[in-house]
Amino acid sequence: MTELNDLTARETARLVAGGEVSALEVVEVRLERIAAVEPLVGSFLRVDGEGAREMAADIDRKVAAGDDPGILAGVPVALKDNLCVEGREVTCGSKILKGFVSPYDATVVRKLKAAGAVFLGQTNMDEFAMGSSTENSGFQITRNPWELDRVPGGSSGGSAAAVAAGEAPAALGSDTGGSIRQPAAFCGVAGLKPTYGRVSRYGLIAYASSLDQIGPFARDAGDIAVLLEAIAGHDPRDSTSAPLPVPVYRDSLGGEISGMKLGVPRQCFSEGLEAGVEKAFRESLEIFRGLGAEVIEIDLPRIPHSVACYYIISTAEASSNLARFDGVQYGHRAAGAENLIEMYEATRREGFGEEVKRRILLGTYVLSAGYYEAYYGRALKARRLIKDDFDRAFELCECVLMPTSPTTAFEIGSRIDDPLQMYLSDLFTIAVNLAGLPAISITGGFDSRGLPVGIQVIAPPFEEEKIIRTASAFEAGAGFQDRKPVLSVPPAAVPGPS
Amino acid sequence: MPKKKIEPTEIQAVARLARLGLSAEEKEKFGRQLNDVLLYMEKLDELPLENVEPLSHVLPLKNVMREDVPRDGLDREQALSNAPEQQAGLFKVPPVIE
Repeated sequence: MTELNDLTARETARLVAGGEVSALEVVEVRLERIAAVEPLVGSFLRVDGEGAREMAADIDRKVAAGDDPGILAGVPVALKDNLCVEGREVTCGSKILKGFVSPYDATVVRKLKAAGAVFLGQTNMDEFAMGSSTENSGFQITRNPWELDRVPGGSSGGSAAAVAAGEAPAALGSDTGGSIRQPAAFCGVAGLKPTYGRVSRYGLIAYASSLDQIGPFARDAGDIAVLLEAIAGHDPRDSTSAPLPVPVYRDSLGGEISGMKLGVPRQCFSEGLEAGVEKAFRESLEIFRGLGAEVIEIDLPRIPHSVACYYIISTAEASSNLARFDGVQYGHRAAGAENLIEMYEATRREGFGEEVKRRILLGTYVLSAGYYEAYYGRALKARRLIKDDFDRAFELCECVLMPTSPTTAFEIGSRIDDPLQMYLSDLFTIAVNLAGLPAISITGGFDSRGLPVGIQVIAPPFEEEKIIRTASAFEAGAGFQDRKPVLSVPPAAVPGPS
Repeated sequence: MPKKKIEPTEIQAVARLARLGLSAEEKEKFGRQLNDVLLYMEKLDELPLENVEPLSHVLPLKNVMREDVPRDGLDREQALSNAPEQQAGLFKVPPVIE
């Protein structure tokens, strides 16, 4: 039965659709794994075993009836807790939404259901997606399955950890400044942020609307491809979604990268780059060369300015998006307020955590009269320069390669009191969101402690196929995706569902 | 000594705009932290930004419209389903005062 725990999403779908394995069996094995591992890792805020079994039974019925069960037939998926699922609690990792039950499905949720996926539960995250370690969750921390006293990254730390720990073959997260890619790097899994507009944001509780994108986590690029196919596409309910057809991303797997030009910005070899990360990154470049690709140096001069630019734009947008959490229509409402403003102020004081308050204050400040042009106006111009830098780079190379994060997973508690230090862990991911580009993080190597080092493959807008091709070629050559964290879990005394 | 960017009175004003109740301790702490962050933002002064067009949106999508035909939305019960307090099919809140 244990091999079912190791199946990729596409192997699962193939076996379930072919009737060789039941979706119920698959889900039971994952639920067992979750029960064993959760006390150590804490990936999930809520696990819905009953719901998962019901969905699995539906898939099995479809298969038995000879109906098409979908490209993700029976695939257990974990969902970041900022994605609305009808009839289920969704909290964004915040006390202000504790008990909020969504009256509708996010578009990606609807699409996953239609593709035959089975939902295991909602994963932990930094509150309202603000953070790089999942330590800002209003409810619990999540531990890195590779070393339990280290962070899984954030804000989609729960989703990354769930895949790394074998609790799910696939998960969804969201990425605004690196929140899929950085946890993927820290947890040694693959995580993709699609091009802005590739995936509908309808039903994703918004943090920064011009930067947010939903994306998949999985063990390897092959699964990323099939998950992206399932969730991508135009949505009339999201007017920022691109009216473009969705390619069959699986067709890009196993493609040749010989002769491909890959650009490495010299700005990534900066002061903050940890020696172990640099070593693994440089070795990964050798692997690319060994596969026949040409690695050239390029220039992205505004990488060092991207953090400042991002924290003005994203906090400004967040201050607007989070204004709706006021105790009026849903979520927490402070008791005993005598008037409306008092209620707003008390509700938000009680319901929001520290990092959220900090960002709301910063965003409000940079948009306020007298400061708007100085901060927000300048940041939008800086954004243009950052995007232009990438456009220029893509004239010289087909994909850009960078380390995902300057360091490997840091210790829990080591950065939480230094907001700026925490922000800097997104140095290499943030510019990608500002420019709206697609990028994947895959495991490019390991440091001397054995912690995974993530590398990013970034492509021009809507060229995710290039990413899939490049990443899958690297994986075939290097095999790092096969290495898993060892979790000391006592074997189950009595096998079977709980 | 870093130039002080945010005065304590400004933090209070910003908190008021954001409808965020802050304790005296929080005002002091956030004031300090925001100062540090804003000083870091001065990095953008290094950039040649005159004559640069601001980029607020990465996709060249403009005026995305749909036909003016009514569609299903949430019904009243669904919309009220998470209301902390409701009355007569409306969200109920404490009084707004002048």
